[in-house]
Amino acid sequence: MPFGNTHNNFKMNFKSEEEYPELSKHNNHMAKVLNKEMYAKLRDKQTPTGYTLDDVIQTGVDNPGHPFIMTVGCVAGDEESYEVFKDLLDPVISDRHGGYKPTDKHKTDLNFENLKGGDDLDPNYVFSSRVRTGRSIKGYALPPHNSRGERRAVERLSVEALNSLDGEFKGKYYPLKAMTDAEQEQLIADHFLFDKPVSPLLICAGMARDWPDARGIWHNDNKTFLVWVNEEDHLRVISMQKGGNMKEVFRRFCVGLQRIEEIFKKHNHCFMWNEHLGYILTCPSNLGTGLRGGVHVKLEKLSQHPKFDEILKRLRLQKRGTGGVDTASVGGVFDISNADRLGTSEVEQVQCVVDGVKLMIEMEKKLEKGEAIDSMIPAQK
Amino acid sequence: MASHFARILSTKRHVGILSLVGAGSLTAGIFLSRDQHVNAGSQVRRLYPASAEYPDLRKHNNCMASHLTPGIYAKLCDKATPNGFTLDNAIQTGVDNPGHPFIKTVGMVAGDEESYEVFADLFDPVIKERHNGYDPRANTHPTDLESSKVRSGMFDERYVLSSRVRTGRSIRGLSLPPACTRAERREVERVVVDALAGLGGDLSGHYYSLTQMTEKEQQQLIDDHFLFDKPVSPLLTCAGMARDWPDARGIWHNNEKTFLIWINEEDHTRVISMEKGGNMKRVFERFCRGLKEVERLITEKGWEFMWNERLGYILTCPSNLGTGLRAGVHIKLPNLSKDPRFPKILENLRLQKRGTGGVDTAAVGSTFDISNLDRLGQSEVQLVQTVIDGVNYLIECEKKLEKGQDIRVPPPLNQLK
Repeated sequence: MPFGNTHNNFKMNFKSEEEYPELSKHNNHMAKVLNKEMYAKLRDKQTPTGYTLDDVIQTGVDNPGHPFIMTVGCVAGDEESYEVFKDLLDPVISDRHGGYKPTDKHKTDLNFENLKGGDDLDPNYVFSSRVRTGRSIKGYALPPHNSRGERRAVERLSVEALNSLDGEFKGKYYPLKAMTDAEQEQLIADHFLFDKPVSPLLICAGMARDWPDARGIWHNDNKTFLVWVNEEDHLRVISMQKGGNMKEVFRRFCVGLQRIEEIFKKHNHCFMWNEHLGYILTCPSNLGTGLRGGVHVKLEKLSQHPKFDEILKRLRLQKRGTGGVDTASVGGVFDISNADRLGTSEVEQVQCVVDGVKLMIEMEKKLEKGEAIDSMIPAQK
Repeated sequence: MASHFARILSTKRHVGILSLVGAGSLTAGIFLSRDQHVNAGSQVRRLYPASAEYPDLRKHNNCMASHLTPGIYAKLCDKATPNGFTLDNAIQTGVDNPGHPFIKTVGMVAGDEESYEVFADLFDPVIKERHNGYDPRANTHPTDLESSKVRSGMFDERYVLSSRVRTGRSIRGLSLPPACTRAERREVERVVVDALAGLGGDLSGHYYSLTQMTEKEQQQLIDDHFLFDKPVSPLLTCAGMARDWPDARGIWHNNEKTFLIWINEEDHTRVISMEKGGNMKRVFERFCRGLKEVERLITEKGWEFMWNERLGYILTCPSNLGTGLRAGVHIKLPNLSKDPRFPKILENLRLQKRGTGGVDTAAVGSTFDISNLDRLGQSEVQLVQTVIDGVNYLIECEKKLEKGQDIRVPPPLNQLK
């Protein structure tokens, strides 16, 4: 529940130990990093929009986590959160992003021509390809904290920009609260429609407030380029298509993003970005590229191989069910995507997916023929 | 001992000012009782005019949406209570939960005692709508916990399976569940558990903290139907009441399992007296005695319940103002419940039916939870009498229908006495 900074000042009447959250049974990055000294140091601080430490950590306090899955447990309410609360967020970022240091620089590379291959993934195995990222509009608070007025302004700016796209990107915006039943059914059938968040990770962070006000979906007429407005981030940008031509998906992704950015710049807006954290998004797990590039791929035999998880880890990939995060696989079909977000560029991450999936399909074919794959298992990338 | 907190924030004298004088004193009360430089109207971050922030309520059906005009929003949107609770905080649950065409929810909550004053321009019409025209500016609410005044109250146990009376109490000086900080919530727990430890005789009991409960204790509390869960209703979660769960939440009950207190669920405390069978009189007697004892024990330590004569006992949800009292029975009415006049009979008797799982559940078999509709404008004694008289009437109807005789719809009771 985003309270104003006045509420935070009131808490100063209490001693730090009296306010310190009970985290002994918690298993998330925030709970592993936060301690009483840090809490005492940061508790009277606020970002310029009035976002406070308790706001940052509320989702992690409310969601103790899972012994197997380590969630982040904290969110940013605005760009400045990553500065004002760096004592907490830098170690969280380091834990989450493979030891990324506060002094490290992040490389941004959206030049699709730098991707090698990716247009030849076997369509008998790869059913669809998709690349997504997020973008935040500089100067506006993020979904955990923004007011209705701000959220509507983000929607207005975004829709203006998207509606001026042309060529392969020409499309239409569907606001959630004005959607007709027919439009809604079509968007569901296309697998485009996003729901009001049900995950307590998001709800406890305040991201579902005022639903469905100022939320909507934009997509191009070809249904290959899609933008979610005001879901978990200001914008989620998705390029996708059936089959295995990841190269084409990535080209469209990069070109589309650049076009959108150009239009924003013309209107004196830009995306939140800096050379240390890359693109700034609500969840620290999405910093850097914010990119998840992946395929739906059938790996029936390989997925049952005892070394499957180890192979994924070495290829810097992760598996999910075909319903997305926290779903199970159906019929041996997995969602395979890059595990990294921060510290490597967009091109590098998509290259991992392309190379890794190609290798795993070869392994699958070998296993189908009853052959061993031990010699193919790669070294850690 | 009174905590350092109580000493900083309020003495009995300051608190007395709040409770004695009513509306006009609130401003004085705010500055005296809060060690804060915040006054209403400051430090609420506003980048956009009120018109850009006004929520879209066109598809909403709740009391808040019915009364929140753009004008009222503009007037109140910059205000905050001393601890920083804002209008947007108060209405968030109603914005997030558009409601149901058949069931009109309240759609707003209080974050502290001062909310009812600072946002009176919205709370007052909502209270009026919800409580049968009760006007907080003109009416006074009677409080009466003299259980001996109740007549009859021993139900026919061939029909009544169990009897129960519940209410809530808030500790003055501490914010309510939508707004409380972790330290405040823990202070509520400390104050109440301290007081309950002083109960004796048939009221002596034990506290089970949700964070420290053993599995065995948890199972026993579930079997006794005492354990409350983390709220799942979006009406509550959108109002911020589930924050930091299960920190500082717990259940206290007496050894006889007839007097039970929930700590830091939807209110600071929910107080429940219950037993199997139809002895509502004894249930209410224990209820009143227990409440008075707890009040005496917290007063000894320098604390008070939130109460004033306009709104009675102050609770989180405006629907529970006044007495906060729901007195009810689980009752078998196989014939009456099938009679088409059943809803009208209940309405005229100022009763409501629920399923035996409580609010928003369906009846199982033909066993219903029957309780009073009203909360504000009548005293505890009056409301329990209403339930006693009404349930007796329902039993008479059921008996008549069993014998093939006809029943009558009673004339409607006066609502505000």
